[in-house]
Amino acid sequence: MTAKLFGSATIALAALALQPAGAQQSVKIGFVSTFSGPQAAIGEDMRRSVELAKEHLGGKIAGKPIEIVYEDDQFKPDVGKARSEKLVQQDKVSFVAGYIWSNVLLASLKTVTDEGDTILISANAGPSQIAGELCNKNYFSTSWQNDQTPMAMGDYLNTKGVKSLYVVGPNYAAGKDMLAGVKRTYKGKLLGEDYTKWPDQLDFSAELTKIAQAKPDGIFIFYPGAHGVQFVKQWVQAGLNKTVPLYQVFSIDAITLPQQGEAALGTLGAQEWVNDLPNEQNKRYVADFKKKHNVYPSYYGAQSYDAIMLIASAAEALKGDLSNKDKVRAELKKANFKSLRGDFKFNTNQFPIQNFYIQETVKDAAGMMTVKTIATAVKDGKDAYYDKCSMK
Amino acid sequence: MDYLLIQVLNGVQLGLLMFLLAAGLTLTFGIMDLVNLAHGSLYMVGAYLAWTFITWTDSFVLGALLALPATFVVGVLLEMTVVRRLYARDHLDQVLATFGLILFFNDLVRLVWGPAGKSIAVPSFLSHTVQILPGVPYPAYRFALIVVGSLVALLLAWLVARTRMGMLIRAGASNRRMIAALGVNIELLFSLVFGLGAVFAGLAGLMAAPIASVKIGMGDDILILAFVIIVIGGIGSIKGAFVAAMIVGQIDIVGRAFLPELLKAFLPPASASAAAPAISQVLIYVLMAAVLVWRPTGLFGQRT
Repeated sequence: MTAKLFGSATIALAALALQPAGAQQSVKIGFVSTFSGPQAAIGEDMRRSVELAKEHLGGKIAGKPIEIVYEDDQFKPDVGKARSEKLVQQDKVSFVAGYIWSNVLLASLKTVTDEGDTILISANAGPSQIAGELCNKNYFSTSWQNDQTPMAMGDYLNTKGVKSLYVVGPNYAAGKDMLAGVKRTYKGKLLGEDYTKWPDQLDFSAELTKIAQAKPDGIFIFYPGAHGVQFVKQWVQAGLNKTVPLYQVFSIDAITLPQQGEAALGTLGAQEWVNDLPNEQNKRYVADFKKKHNVYPSYYGAQSYDAIMLIASAAEALKGDLSNKDKVRAELKKANFKSLRGDFKFNTNQFPIQNFYIQETVKDAAGMMTVKTIATAVKDGKDAYYDKCSMK
Repeated sequence: MDYLLIQVLNGVQLGLLMFLLAAGLTLTFGIMDLVNLAHGSLYMVGAYLAWTFITWTDSFVLGALLALPATFVVGVLLEMTVVRRLYARDHLDQVLATFGLILFFNDLVRLVWGPAGKSIAVPSFLSHTVQILPGVPYPAYRFALIVVGSLVALLLAWLVARTRMGMLIRAGASNRRMIAALGVNIELLFSLVFGLGAVFAGLAGLMAAPIASVKIGMGDDILILAFVIIVIGGIGSIKGAFVAAMIVGQIDIVGRAFLPELLKAFLPPASASAAAPAISQVLIYVLMAAVLVWRPTGLFGQRT
């Protein structure tokens, strides 16, 4: 009897000792992305990069274990908001990162930054509202403001001498920003502008027919993930690839290329990060990622990796003490980490001031489809909305 | 002119896809008096089965030919295990049960094929353009959709109008008790009709797959339109479903192709092209409401 009692007591004690050191003892990060449905490949690329960042950090930040809670937004704003709320209220994470979609991010913003007073780091979406009037001391971006990448593309189209353009994008927050962006810098003639239903419209026959009719010198598109795959394929099926070149942002990348294949060869796009950027941390990231998964990482992944490294830089500087939010924000604002795109500074609205590159779709030495940098379109670019932000 | 022709063809192609989905729905609704919300799930299952067989055989045509009987089997099994028990219940019970089936199928697909969604490539022999008129190119795959869709519509028309099974289907649509009383094996007929509806839904799903994507819940959005189509066309009427699908297909294309240009005359481009699809969606429902006022049983529905 005594022996038995003693035995159970030992087991109980052992169990206690084995328990993770408790929520306060780890650095807890929530990560919201799309892990199901046709856009799940993007979420998977981000998760792989977050895990790689964790591995490169040795699983620890300031001596404390890193704990990441992944949540699936199912590509829906309402679900994203509910999942974000769960991360803040129930899991009590110190940071919420991720967010592919501008509409999901806009739905979740207040829940995290205001009601939860938790720091949100967008690893992709960059709606204009948050760069301007909705800017928030708890919001940081390791990506860009939506308009910026297409603005870089527009600049490049001017220098390339593309005389007329037809622009197409999805009818939601990011689509409107992206088309506004290219129109802001592009100086040639705009022959047409179409917005398609998001996210259910994958059939672009009507739009492609209009483009064929308008005979522009170029098409500009913004169609992330599965939609980009469809647009590029249908552009080829309609025979337009022989007559009208395609210029794109976020529509031809490491996620979509395996399905687009040679149809995408030679197309040009703009991006703030490319897998061949020649800095040490980027070389290591791309090489390790490729070794693990046999595919190239995408900018979604690179931005997610950067989000974790940004968090790590702040937490390290504070020796793991995340209790004082003002101090955490001040440290984050320094952006004192080795970003995969090379060093950048935060603007007053806490969006990066950074370069944008022009990339071409090519085959690598092994015959795998990828993109490579061919030019720098914008140096130290700032977004167009930061002066509307109340933070100075 | 060429532009108009191509846009009309785009509408026809969309209409034919929706007709295939609506045909099965109108048959089960009209003959068995069954509201089957899970019809969209069969559309999804057809597309996923096609993906499996196409990956396995490495041929689009072969994969599609294997997927159709497989979808038929799924349909018949579903009818024998679950749906059969619902005929005697009222419509609300059927809605509840078949809504449950949607959830069941979505999770089943998630278990079997994973959450990520699949993509089916356009077969290489159709990945170019054809000249529908000299100097007017049209994507070959879409042209093939129109050809296959039209052939299936003709086949269905022949089946319903000229065969014994078609006669029973028509009789069942107008008075189902009577044909049971006449000694027709109604159970077998219902299983076959349900299976046939499943095949058409599966065919629509697999043909749409290369121009959309194979994903969980892919049938749920399009199902609502299919219901609108059978209501406009008249429940139980194949001809009605065809005419209504063609009208809805054209309205959709008008909303995307012509309405934006019209609206741009007095609206900024962004609002114009955002408003146009919304207006064409509304137009479809306005049409449905108008038809219901004018002919409560639909364009080709049975008068009661």
